[in-house]
Amino acid sequence: MSDKPSLASLALTFNHIALASFGGGLSAWSREVIVVEKRWMEDEEFLSAVTMSRILPGANQVNLAVFVGVKFRGVPGAVAAVFGLTFIPVLIVLALAYFYFQFHHIPAVKGILKGAAAAAVALTLSMVFKTGKKCLTGLIPVSLFATIFLMNGIARWPLLACLALLAPLAVAWAWPKKP
Amino acid sequence: MGVAQKTMNLTRLTQILLLFSSLSILSIGGGNTVLPEMHRKAVNGYGWLSDKQFADVFAISQAAPGPSILIVTIIGYKAGGFPGAILATIAMMLPAGILVYLVSRVWERAKDLPLRKAIERGLAPLTVGLILASGWVMSKAADHGWQAYLLTGVCTAIFSTTKINPLFIVAAAGLIGWLGWV
Repeated sequence: MSDKPSLASLALTFNHIALASFGGGLSAWSREVIVVEKRWMEDEEFLSAVTMSRILPGANQVNLAVFVGVKFRGVPGAVAAVFGLTFIPVLIVLALAYFYFQFHHIPAVKGILKGAAAAAVALTLSMVFKTGKKCLTGLIPVSLFATIFLMNGIARWPLLACLALLAPLAVAWAWPKKP
Repeated sequence: MGVAQKTMNLTRLTQILLLFSSLSILSIGGGNTVLPEMHRKAVNGYGWLSDKQFADVFAISQAAPGPSILIVTIIGYKAGGFPGAILATIAMMLPAGILVYLVSRVWERAKDLPLRKAIERGLAPLTVGLILASGWVMSKAADHGWQAYLLTGVCTAIFSTTKINPLFIVAAAGLIGWLGWV
């Protein structure tokens, strides 16, 4: 674990994550940068932060930026991380919106996006392999993993319902055993 | 700008502020969960944009880099110009952000409790399952053909077995898409 990142480093890092995620896959990019490249968090802490960012109201990625920013630098850290995540994307989105409302059609990036989206799905899958290797190490965690995938991904149950059912089981399973 | 115009702008900005800050608190489970309500208010209620514009604006926000919640930036822009865009963006992030801040403070303090250890360890397999689910939903939403699945498969193999910077692969995949091969 390296030293506390500075405010500038938080802003630049989240800016990097935001710009890299062209086509999607923000969660996977966040892990790639925060856990692998910068080593600011371990996988377990990062994954629980991801899920809490999903449970709490608000955009998941903005919440994750707040979480990471607060962890290292308190409120200024959160502001720096969110600013980094959104500043340039807001400018890009405004430029696209201006173009769209002026000329009444979506800028011709459809093909590029289709390709980039396929790669973003791939990055998400490889994140599943990499993080899964570490935490899917027994019958119970594998069943938890498979059940929530079926519920949320295939049956499209709402996130909160899935977690309300499975999180208590998962926490009970993971409770530290007395020596 | 006349007085009437100014009053109208102020009313509009207040509407933007109230709508998006309430959606911020309601968006439990992520920004996408309040899209139907956002559509109901912005299109049917205030009439800031048409049905088709909402769909197009959604596509733009998904495509652009950064969080897809920036759809509110575009809606705010259409409703209230540049100030509307900035106000909508901040209103959508601030209330939820404050809540996350409070929770993360409690979380930091609970560092050594067995409960936090159990939550971190227990949520890990669930989070991995949820991420696989989001990858699944993403590829369904993108309306993948076999070429796209093949591209996804090849990229997954590269990401999982090599240390090549993923940005190069995403850019290459974008190029392949631009050439019309997927």
